[in-house]
Amino acid sequence: MKDSTANPAVPSVAARPDLSLSGVTKAFATATALQDVDVTLPAGKFSVLLGPSGCGKSTLLRLIAGLDHPTAGTIALGPDRIDHLPPKGRNLAMVFQSYALFPHLDVAENILFGLSVRRVPKAERQERLERVASMMGLSELLARKPAELSGGQQQRVALARAVISQRPVCLMDEPLSNLDAKLRAEMRSEIRALQQRLDLTMVYVTHDQVEAMTMADHIVVMNAGRVEQVATPRDLYAHPASVFVAGFIGTPPMNLLPRAAIPGVAAPAGAATIGIRPEEVAQGGDGLRLRAAVRSVEYLGADQIVTLEVGGARLLLRQSGQALPPGDALSLTLPEPALHFFDDAGHRLPSPSDQSPQPQQELQRETRA
Amino acid sequence: MVRKDWLIALAFLAPALILLFTFTHYPAVQTVIDSFWSTARGRRPSVFVGWDNYARMLQDDIFRRAMINNAIYAAITIPASVALALAMALFVQGRILGRGFLRMAFFTPTVLPLIAVANIWLFFYLPGFGLFEQVRGLAGLSPRNWIGDPDTALYAVTAVTVWAQAGFFMIFYLAALQTIPPSLREAAEIEGCSRWTFFRRVTWPLIMPTTLFISVNATINAFRTVDHIFVMTQGGPNNASMLLLYYIYEQGFRFWDTAYASALTVVMVIILAIVGIGQFFFLDRKVHYR
Repeated sequence: MKDSTANPAVPSVAARPDLSLSGVTKAFATATALQDVDVTLPAGKFSVLLGPSGCGKSTLLRLIAGLDHPTAGTIALGPDRIDHLPPKGRNLAMVFQSYALFPHLDVAENILFGLSVRRVPKAERQERLERVASMMGLSELLARKPAELSGGQQQRVALARAVISQRPVCLMDEPLSNLDAKLRAEMRSEIRALQQRLDLTMVYVTHDQVEAMTMADHIVVMNAGRVEQVATPRDLYAHPASVFVAGFIGTPPMNLLPRAAIPGVAAPAGAATIGIRPEEVAQGGDGLRLRAAVRSVEYLGADQIVTLEVGGARLLLRQSGQALPPGDALSLTLPEPALHFFDDAGHRLPSPSDQSPQPQQELQRETRA
Repeated sequence: MVRKDWLIALAFLAPALILLFTFTHYPAVQTVIDSFWSTARGRRPSVFVGWDNYARMLQDDIFRRAMINNAIYAAITIPASVALALAMALFVQGRILGRGFLRMAFFTPTVLPLIAVANIWLFFYLPGFGLFEQVRGLAGLSPRNWIGDPDTALYAVTAVTVWAQAGFFMIFYLAALQTIPPSLREAAEIEGCSRWTFFRRVTWPLIMPTTLFISVNATINAFRTVDHIFVMTQGGPNNASMLLLYYIYEQGFRFWDTAYASALTVVMVIILAIVGIGQFFFLDRKVHYR
């Protein structure tokens, strides 16, 4: 990350501490939003909190920001506990889902709001504004009011407000959910590039797995107030730690069949569920052969999803869109290295897929970044 | 065919038109006309007198007194009720114990008829026994006749007005405050913005349209609300609490000098129009509308 040293906005690497949470619990009067969350969000990395709505990911972000207070547990930035500090004492910036722009202030005033509140000298303010505005492509829009901007431009102003604070940690709460699909794809790469350029410690909340997979260094998958798995996107996809993660990641997600549905599989003792990705269900080659009845076909262009029935369970198969429409039945092969096993409680068991894919890919990705 | 459409349209419009013209437009025009004529008395019919009625105002000490009183009355009630309304709204907006009860309590004066309320306030001000007297008694101060003393009568009725209308204005402020998204406060909090700075730089500008609306209303009320004068002071003592509208009532319906009352009414409407429009144009440029 050689860019970062050239940028004066970034504090020295040594000063950037990890954000660590341990035993964090948040209970409301009628429900428990977070249960005993232990997770470390490394400095300078893009961490995504991913989960279905109501899983507690936004609550966790608000606890980090100091907008809410944990019932139990500690939040620390490096060696210092920050959970007792007010939001302003935590040295972090935040981008809200609604952008939280001040409607009566123009773009320049919005971006400078924090600096002027903190009484940063005028000359420095102006200098930082010019740099950030040109970085975010907002130089032409500084005199406009938020209502005169498009959604994407408003989003950029919100980002600029976080960037100009020059704080090492940046929190984002579903920042792209109000944008249309095309803009979302653009902003994804823009935010990722910004994070790498400024070497920010990013904590990004989303329910969209595409955002998580494309942007994150680390994904923290959450469900029902607990952390299900913390892993890189590749690892998460290749080795889901639980039935929940397996069934959440991927479009369509992993096939999860009761063991009884495919009795021919050599599963380890205690395996209750067998998982296989739709794209790894093959129609030839080595592996367990079986016949399945075709129920429906969903044509998506580049590929198509065939819904099959095996031993009373549903099995999805992804095949090329150019494949001929299947008839009433197909003969399939389940390659052994593609199988995942889970126990009764939904936890992963040692599986043949543990060996794939090769870890080198992960390294390559790191060096490229 | 076209004729028939016209007739039907007219038939539908007639009830509103008749009511409006009979009770609003015709009297308004007639008032302006009357103000240039003398009042008919007994065998003397009304004659055209030109600007005489207006010239008479310049010589009228009670009119001058009423104008000065009304200016003081407006200068106190407008800012005081706006400030009190905002303070109450900010107070009951947050999560505090008994919020519903407090909101109701603050709004109650609006629901009560001012005439009835004025009677209660009479007791508050009662020399010797009243609420304020008892408090003063505890502090060892000498008794005072609040509404019987020319020095205090105007302020006594002014206080009632502020009390009576602030709760009503509070509702508008409360509604405006609730349209400000909480995320703005949170974003400001992360930036290290104090409560006061947030109020000054965000809340106040965002509720400016409401402030404008309320202050125009308060201005109109300052010339219009005289119900409690009837009950409490009748303009006295020695015209110390005489307000313009009450003076018009006295001239028009007690002394039956309708021509002079008409001229006074025209003056009052002109003042109201100038103040109202001025307020609107002056403040409107500073207001951010969403």
